[in-house]
Amino acid sequence: MIELNDVHKSFGVNEVLKGITASVEKGEVVCIVGPSGSGKSTILRCINGLESYDRGGISVEGLKVDRDAPSILDIRTQVSMVFQRFNLFPHRTALENVIEGPLYVKKEPRAQALERGRALLAQVGLAEKADAHPPQLSGGQQQRVAIARALAMQPKAILFDEPTSALDPELVGDVLGVMRKLADDGMTMVVVTHEMGFARDVADRVLFIDGGVIVEQGPAKALLNQPQHPRTQDFLRRVLHPL
Amino acid sequence: MKGFWHDAAEFFPILMNGVVLTIVVTIGSLLLSTVLGLVWAMMRVSGIKALSMISASLINVIRGIPIIVLLFYLYFVMPDLGVTLSALQAAILGLGIAYSAYQAENFRAGIEAIDKGQIEAAQSIGMGWWLTMRRVILPQAVRIVLPPYGNVMIMMLKDSSQASTITVAELALQGKLIASSTFKNTNVFTLVALMYLTMSIPLILLVRHFEKRAGKR
Repeated sequence: MIELNDVHKSFGVNEVLKGITASVEKGEVVCIVGPSGSGKSTILRCINGLESYDRGGISVEGLKVDRDAPSILDIRTQVSMVFQRFNLFPHRTALENVIEGPLYVKKEPRAQALERGRALLAQVGLAEKADAHPPQLSGGQQQRVAIARALAMQPKAILFDEPTSALDPELVGDVLGVMRKLADDGMTMVVVTHEMGFARDVADRVLFIDGGVIVEQGPAKALLNQPQHPRTQDFLRRVLHPL
Repeated sequence: MKGFWHDAAEFFPILMNGVVLTIVVTIGSLLLSTVLGLVWAMMRVSGIKALSMISASLINVIRGIPIIVLLFYLYFVMPDLGVTLSALQAAILGLGIAYSAYQAENFRAGIEAIDKGQIEAAQSIGMGWWLTMRRVILPQAVRIVLPPYGNVMIMMLKDSSQASTITVAELALQGKLIASSTFKNTNVFTLVALMYLTMSIPLILLVRHFEKRAGKR
C-alpha cells in the first residue's frame, strides 16, 4: 500500500536518507525505531509530502507522492498524520478540531460530521471533552483528540511521528492504548516510536534505522528480542537498559 | 483662553462638519489599507517568489514616499494623466495606499508568528493553501495582529488631517479657516485638539481591550 524505493533526501549538505526501500501492506503495523537524527521522522514526513525527497520514489496505493502536484491533497486525505507535539488547532474545541477536515476538506454535511466526530471522541475516551479547547486538555488528551482528528478523515493509513515523546510518563499509556485498539481493528499504521514495549507487542514489523539507512528489519518480536546487527544490538541495549 | 467656552459654543457646529469628514476619511482609508495590506501580506507569504518580490518592492516604494507627496500626486498629478479624483477620493486613496504598507508588515508578522506545526497539521488533513490560511492561520493571526492594528487606527485618525493639504475640509482645515478669519488661534486650536483627543479615546480603550484579550491565550 505504501512503497518507498531508494529514497534519498538531504537537508543542505547533510544527507539524512541514504536510499530507503521499504513497503507497508494494508492492515500492517510497522514501527520505525532508531537513534534520534537517524531520519525516522523524515521518512514519515516524505510519505505524506510534508517534506520533499531528492531521489527515488514513494507511492501510496500506486499514486506517486509529489508534494508539488495537486494529487498530494488526495494522498493526504488517505494518509493521516499524528504529530509529536499534537498540533491541534488551539482556537477550536476538541470536537471542532475533529470535524474540521470532514467539514471543509471532504465537504461532509454538518450533522453527519458532528455525529461522527462525537463518536470518534468517544472512541478515544474523550466524549465529555468535546467542548474543551486544547489548552484546557492534558498532553495525553490532546494527543487522543489528534488521533480522532486523523481518524475523522477515514484514512487508509495513519502515520504516527513519536506520538508519546512529548507526554508525561503517566499519560503515555492512554495514548498507546488507543493506538493498540486501532491496530487490533486492522488500521494500517506506521509508527516512529521509542516505546519498545509497544513495538514488540503491537507491531507486525520493525525497521531499525541508523544514519539514514535501514540497518535491520523483520518481525517485531524477532528483531527486538534477537537483533542480528551489532548496531541494532547496541541501540536496544542502550534504550532498554539506560543505566 | 479668554472666552473659551463662548467661542467653543460658537465654533463647535462648524467644526463638527470637519469631524464628519475626518471620520469619513479615516474609515475609508482604514478599510482600503486593510484590504490592500491583506493582499500584500498574502502575496508575501504565498511561497511564490515573483509575487513575494513584487509585494516586497511595492511595500518599500510606498514606505519611502511621504504621505503628503502621495496625496499631492493623486490630487494634482493624476488629472494630467487623465484621471480626475475629487479631493475626498484622493485623500482616502492616498492614505489607504500609504498605510497599506504598514498594515501588510503587521499582518505578515502575525501570520509568521503562527507555529509551523499548525500549517503541517492543516496540510496533513488535506487542506490546500487557501483553506489553511482561512481556517487555521488567519483566525489565530488576528489575535496577534489586533493590538498593533488598533494603534494604526489611532495614527490614521490623526494623519487624516493631512487631507487638509489637498483641500478636504476636515477638522484641521476647518479649524485653520476659522482661526485665520477670527484670529482666535488659541481657542480654536485648543478646541480642535480636544476634539481629536475625544475621538481617539474610544480607540485607545479599544486597543487596551485587544491587548488584554491577546494576552489571555
